[in-house]
Amino acid sequence: MHAYILKRLLLFIPTLLGVTIVTFFLMKAVPGDPAAGMVGERAPKEVVERIKRDLGEDRPVIIQYIGYLGLILKGELGRSYYTDRAIAEDILEKLPNTFKLALAATLFATIAGIILGVVSAVFRDSFLGKTASLIALWGISLPVFWVGLILMLVFALILHWLPPSGMGGGALIYLVLPASTLGIHSAAYISRITRSSMLEVLSKPYIETARAKGLSEFSVIMKHALRNALIPIVTLIGIDFGSYLNGSVLTETIFGWDGMGRYALDGIMKRDYPVIMGTVLVGAVVFVAINLLVDLSYSYLDPRIRTERKG
Amino acid sequence: MRIVKDKIALSAAVFASGIILVAIMAPLISPYDPLSIDLDSLRMPPSLQHLFGTDNKGRDVLSRIMYGARVSLSVAVIATVVSMSIGLSLGLLSGYLGGKVDAVITMLIDIVMAFPSLLLAIGISAVLPPGLYTVIIALGVVGWASFARLMRGTVLTIKGLPYVESARALGCSGYRVALWHILPNALPIAIVVASLRIGGFILAEASLSFLGLGAQPPMPTWGSMISSGRGYILSAPWMVIAPGLAIAITTVSFNILGDHLRDAMDPNLRV
Repeated sequence: MHAYILKRLLLFIPTLLGVTIVTFFLMKAVPGDPAAGMVGERAPKEVVERIKRDLGEDRPVIIQYIGYLGLILKGELGRSYYTDRAIAEDILEKLPNTFKLALAATLFATIAGIILGVVSAVFRDSFLGKTASLIALWGISLPVFWVGLILMLVFALILHWLPPSGMGGGALIYLVLPASTLGIHSAAYISRITRSSMLEVLSKPYIETARAKGLSEFSVIMKHALRNALIPIVTLIGIDFGSYLNGSVLTETIFGWDGMGRYALDGIMKRDYPVIMGTVLVGAVVFVAINLLVDLSYSYLDPRIRTERKG
Repeated sequence: MRIVKDKIALSAAVFASGIILVAIMAPLISPYDPLSIDLDSLRMPPSLQHLFGTDNKGRDVLSRIMYGARVSLSVAVIATVVSMSIGLSLGLLSGYLGGKVDAVITMLIDIVMAFPSLLLAIGISAVLPPGLYTVIIALGVVGWASFARLMRGTVLTIKGLPYVESARALGCSGYRVALWHILPNALPIAIVVASLRIGGFILAEASLSFLGLGAQPPMPTWGSMISSGRGYILSAPWMVIAPGLAIAITTVSFNILGDHLRDAMDPNLRV
């Protein structure tokens, strides 16, 4: 097991190097000059040149890339062109906000998704089950930003039940709308996977055995079927959580949530290269790390996978 | 025909073909010019003259949705074809040749998939000059990797089947085996997966144009219509609701059709 974890961790390194190379050279290849952007196009040439020197932009690209890698190894991600704040500090400030939103969205998606999925599997031939499947289908087809706006319109602007946007100094009520908006796609996916996984498990002989033993249908479904159907669902939840940690650009923008997604989008719109590279790098690290954790938990949940890998 | 028996799939097919027809015939059937500004009828609620109301510049929302369908559908279809072609070729190369080629391509796939996909698409759209081509490039660059991974797996499975071995034993060249024996059998899976992706690409295009990174104004797109309606959501909610419903209905229809196609062609792929 340890050897397996070590191998996965080593494979992590080339992927991350690749990510830095792609981001760095993508940013270098683009038209538009951030130095000129900072002082305006009509600024005298000398000023632009001086800023370029300050930013280290006059050095060869390869040297700039190596310098960038050196900074990363020291745990630094450079400074924003615009605010001159350290990006690592900015990210450390936004990450907890994004983490909170991601956690709430995942919680919502898991509960709603599993309930919907179980209902549509258990009652698959009835109206209830078909409705549940149809809700899930709509869930994956709605644009996130639109759902967010409609929820905001109904629950905040018309009914005044919930605050429309902002973070309210951490009050939980501010989480409700953004978390349900962010979680809606993943709730729909979770319910579809739960459904097919449940259908598969429900046809297994041990379910029949459980029924033959005289267990109640509820206990058969919850204890015997759902527990065994959970493995693919856990994977999906983990992966979704990892992608939420990158910050949801759209949800955070609509609800004025001060997280990673909005920070990244802001950097992209302003061509603030260090911010873009920093957020994408941190995002990719988190994403790959969560995937690794999911993989490992998978083999923990299903002993068959462990033995396969050993053999 | 199974599709006729399945009422949901049948209505999805009707909706999808209806939307395609509307997109093609928009210049003929749209009640107004989608770009003509009418300052006397700003933000008019839905009425018989303007079925979906008018926007903040007095333009007819229904006509703009009809023209917006052209952008949405063409971007989604082209992006699907682009990412499928790249994914299919690289997946075929990688799975069939193995060795170093496989290692390099797998690594490329891993790198692209390590990026959060919408963020990468936003990044690409932000650095290239904004417009339709940029959206297609961004979606293609982001979308090929998962296709390639799936195709690589499929090709690896097919490669081990007895009929491939017999083709080799008969003296077929590697090139011929790959293109004539493996590709045709991998293609149906690729097409099914592609049809399931169209809905996702429609949503992605809408997200990009919502952020102002898609086709540029005054060209109407569903995403940018929602974005410009955002500021009037309480006073003129139809500006947000109508284009959002257009996106939702289109995506649902294509997703149902994709599901149906998958079940009809290969029940084993059922998710």
